[in-house]
Amino acid sequence: MFRRSLGILGTAALLARPALGHAPTAARRPGERVLRVVAPFEFAGPDPARSGHVFARMGVGEMLLGADPEGRPVPMLAECWSTSPDGLLHRFVLRPGVRFHDGSPLTAEAAAASLRHAHAAASPLSRVPVAAIEATSDAVLIRLSRPFAPLPAVLANYASMILAPAAYDEAGRVRAVIGTGPFRVERFSPPLQLDVERFEGWWGPRPAIGRASYLVVSQGEARATMAESGHADLTMALQPVTVARLRRSPRLEVLTVPVPRTRILKLNAASLYFADQRVRHALSLAVDRQGIATALLRNPAMAADQLFPPTLQGWHLPAPPPRRDLGMARTLLAEAGWRPGPDGILVDAERRRFACRCTTYINWPELPPIATALQAQFREIGIDMSVVIGNSSDIPRGHRDGTLEMALMARNYALVPDPLVTLLQDFRPGGGDWGAMGWSDAALDAALHALSAPEGDPAAARQRAAGILREALPVIPIAWSELGVAISRDLAGVTVDPYETSYRLHDIAWAR
Amino acid sequence: MGRRFLDRFLRPVLMRLVQPLLVALIVGALGFALMAVLPGDQAFRLAAARYGPDMGDAAAAALVRQELGLDRPWAVQFLDWVGRLVRLDLGHSLVTGEPVLQELTMQLGYTLALAGVALPLSALLGLPLGLLAGLQPGGPVDRIMLGLSVLLRAVPAYALGLCLVTVFSIHFGWLPPAGFEGWREFVLPALTLALGLAALSARVARDSVAVVAASPFMAFARWKGLPERAVVLRHGLRNAAIPVIALLGLQLVGLVEGLVIVESLFSWPGIGHALVHAIFARDVPVVQGTALALGLIFVLVNALVDLACALIDPRRARAET
Repeated sequence: MFRRSLGILGTAALLARPALGHAPTAARRPGERVLRVVAPFEFAGPDPARSGHVFARMGVGEMLLGADPEGRPVPMLAECWSTSPDGLLHRFVLRPGVRFHDGSPLTAEAAAASLRHAHAAASPLSRVPVAAIEATSDAVLIRLSRPFAPLPAVLANYASMILAPAAYDEAGRVRAVIGTGPFRVERFSPPLQLDVERFEGWWGPRPAIGRASYLVVSQGEARATMAESGHADLTMALQPVTVARLRRSPRLEVLTVPVPRTRILKLNAASLYFADQRVRHALSLAVDRQGIATALLRNPAMAADQLFPPTLQGWHLPAPPPRRDLGMARTLLAEAGWRPGPDGILVDAERRRFACRCTTYINWPELPPIATALQAQFREIGIDMSVVIGNSSDIPRGHRDGTLEMALMARNYALVPDPLVTLLQDFRPGGGDWGAMGWSDAALDAALHALSAPEGDPAAARQRAAGILREALPVIPIAWSELGVAISRDLAGVTVDPYETSYRLHDIAWAR
Repeated sequence: MGRRFLDRFLRPVLMRLVQPLLVALIVGALGFALMAVLPGDQAFRLAAARYGPDMGDAAAAALVRQELGLDRPWAVQFLDWVGRLVRLDLGHSLVTGEPVLQELTMQLGYTLALAGVALPLSALLGLPLGLLAGLQPGGPVDRIMLGLSVLLRAVPAYALGLCLVTVFSIHFGWLPPAGFEGWREFVLPALTLALGLAALSARVARDSVAVVAASPFMAFARWKGLPERAVVLRHGLRNAAIPVIALLGLQLVGLVEGLVIVESLFSWPGIGHALVHAIFARDVPVVQGTALALGLIFVLVNALVDLACALIDPRRARAET
């Protein structure tokens, strides 16, 4: 009987195999080596607004423009572009002879249709004052209702990806990923795996790599192990604790590249606690940034004395190193009316305790430990901060209903390669979901709007804006970020894009 | 005569047919109700799951709310689901936009493949050891097995999986700690599941065998001169198998619980992994679809277990008539 029941179960297992949909790809074309990318970022469906980050990184989809290492726009599917003197009409001339993966030609109408789709979706383009997106014979025209200088940077964001007309169904939903990039989709299995193969009709030089796969492994330790044991060729987003170990592996080269993502403490400036700028300064003075960066991030250079890391040239301020000054912090708190109560926790004149709640989330695994470090550090100046670990959506929601007191979060200032686009969202009057809360500054608003107009001195305006943010501290910078990448020594020509827009697979070759 | 026919054959069959329908309705309603009472705003959750933290803001949530009609009353949304279920349409995932049925088919394939390896593996590990232990209750094999079983049941699947990864992936470098492409990727997640299940099935098999081994009919079989092999195979195994088969059915509960953990740990794109993500994202159609699939599998397995037990033990069928 056991044998019979085993037989039934075995048959079930065999029957279940074909349901996997496809035979293992390696079996289909033996000899063609697959470059295996392992990363923690899951993807959801074929819509570029949701999963475009993976399509762009794997070289499947392309945008009209790309970004150079300084974040300046460079040609991609658009060969050149121009702006009318009033800043309202942008013209992007398409690269001739480009074909989509289904063989259809890239036309201005196809590009305009993709951009109209992006404008209707939850994408950076939807936040741009677009009046119309039109097509001429060889160019896409974007008409704005008011000037918006960083538009080219918005078009370099993955959500502005250009897909073939056949990629959309009648209702305008994306049904398939048919892009123009050096690689095309071989197998698309969201949320965990994407297999791509070389697209022989690409407009650029023929890539040396024939096939590649993208596998999501959310556990940092598992990713490190896959790199170490040779199960991954390109391993992204290494956790700081595993970097030192992987550096010792003869199989791997480990690169760490600063990325423009800053861990910040968002404060509700409309609340009892943080309305006073002196209190915000006291909090900033109480943070042991060096300690956090050294112990939790394993790199003291990640201590953030300002919002913008040195790589964001133009926005980064020349500044002294971050320092901790508890004495000064206590003085500022006392000036603001907070004095130690019987249990050491501060109380104000009306005997209200300085007990606040900090919300954070687990998408970035270092955030909860940083939050608990801050909890201990704020305790030293008499602030009782509790930590709530939840979902990232708790922050925009708490912002909207006003219940958020503090939030520890990681904010990418170059999701659109020009930080201005993110800053306009985050620090608009009254604040933004992922920026200031209950705080406005007319001078900052003027500086940011001067930057989005076509005239003026952008360098001075950027420094002015960064200076205001450092002085007023609507959010407190804690630590900058770096991207750790483990590269198999079997690969040659790997470079890391600090904006994480592409893994540049088309530049990579097998070294052995 | 007609009455007896109805009682004897038609009613059990009808019961079996009504059961899945009831399960579908209850599971769907429960999934809906539980999602509704969870804290957090569904539109914000969905926006975060769709667009990631950087793009998941109130504007994205407003678009999601408008697109999906999330501000409709809960009752309307639920009736909408029931209406579609009648037409065998499970709807679309609110996160990916893909049909739930299509996603479920793929995920169920991966999960059944993993379960299809883990269950026989647990039987291979647990049953012979249980049999050995049960033939000599209190002997050294029995004692060692007891210790091992307690240990393996006490360690959560998550910790057990990490231990296996540490040994087989990190220390020896034999097996990948994640992925789902070939047989090597099956080993660690299947073993993690199988060890936990084997610990229990070994104990049940041991007790069952011990009871049967000490029973008068075994002694009688020996007295009447049957060779030991025939005694164990014909009288021992068959009688000891009944509780074990029933347990294998029950183990499905443990298997689902283990799958949720193991699939998340080993990045396995199965139904457990999908369920966890759908709950976090408040992706109600996926939660309902997944729960429905699991519920129907329970019903199916229970029916199969009943059938198997009736086949092994004809007394049951007779007693029921």
